[in-house]
Amino acid sequence: MDHPALREFEKNQLRKDVPPFSPGDTVRVGVRVQEGVTKEGKERYRTQAFEGIVIRRSGGGLGETFTVRKISYGVGVERTFPLHSPQIASLEVLRLGHVRRAKLYYLRDRKGKAARVRERRRTVKTSKAAPKSAPETSPDS
Amino acid sequence: MLKAIIGKKIRMTQAFGQDGRVVALTAIQAGPCPIVQIKTPDRDGYGAIQVGYEPDRRTRGPKQPIAGHFQKAGVKPHRILREFRLDSPEEYQIGQNVTVAGFEPGDRVDVSGISKGRGFAGVVTKHNFRGGRDTHGSMFHRAPGSIGASSWPSRVFKGHGLPGHLGAKKTTVQSLEVHQVDAENHILYVRGAVPGPSGGIVVVRATTKSQPRPKAK
Repeated sequence: MDHPALREFEKNQLRKDVPPFSPGDTVRVGVRVQEGVTKEGKERYRTQAFEGIVIRRSGGGLGETFTVRKISYGVGVERTFPLHSPQIASLEVLRLGHVRRAKLYYLRDRKGKAARVRERRRTVKTSKAAPKSAPETSPDS
Repeated sequence: MLKAIIGKKIRMTQAFGQDGRVVALTAIQAGPCPIVQIKTPDRDGYGAIQVGYEPDRRTRGPKQPIAGHFQKAGVKPHRILREFRLDSPEEYQIGQNVTVAGFEPGDRVDVSGISKGRGFAGVVTKHNFRGGRDTHGSMFHRAPGSIGASSWPSRVFKGHGLPGHLGAKKTTVQSLEVHQVDAENHILYVRGAVPGPSGGIVVVRATTKSQPRPKAK
């Protein structure tokens, strides 16, 4: 039996604005980056976009993470984010992908045309949680 | 307020720190610990307070001598008794509760507990020997290998690591940072790992390690 106060402690840190998405989807993550300090000693932040294909979701609860892969100037770049991190300013689902497995590590061995993911032609069930940044409407809805 | 308490490791969890990074935490259910006895230098030769933790819920309660000890203090029987050495125990009263309220976020604490037992452990587990390779015809895997030379010195040097029992003994992790104090639920959130299994009894005290002086501005 888990401790109720601890469950509460974790629940309070969960973000309620996480849109539903799964491996294969293309997302744009707005990452908060500290950009130095203002004269008043306040930290300055700006948002940096990281856009790519989700190749994995891992873990559950507060510790859940997801990994986004993109090709940047010909180099494959992967970033893993804690799903509930306050460093994520926004999370947009741009395109739904049709894939047949949960971890898309095979994309690492492919490039160019072969590294594409088929678009999913069905609308996903809308989740109860209202995403702060609404995912763009599904292509065929 | 006293910065020492008896508690129980609940389990580990995490939180996001101020810089947005994940911080690994151990949640400790700590206190309230009633003071059962006060030891003074005059009477006992040293100053300390003795506190209890976790009410004894057994129908028969504790054995008579222990029950009498609690009765004398007018405190309900508790399963665990520990002492905390103090210079001036007179500040405290019997029956008073020691709680997590004595701690603040940012405090450095030492946490003691009984480490998880590893049984009779080999030299790789116990002393971080490297062992040999598993494949490619290697016939040397996790054995200790040579433990010294032959006719000179004709003995094994003291302190040489050999297999044997590991764990299940008192271990202290020093200078952990208190991340958060939940006074309402009597929970301490401490950064990092703490000895023992979830549900194990731990003692948290102000650290004895010297802290670096705050940076001059």
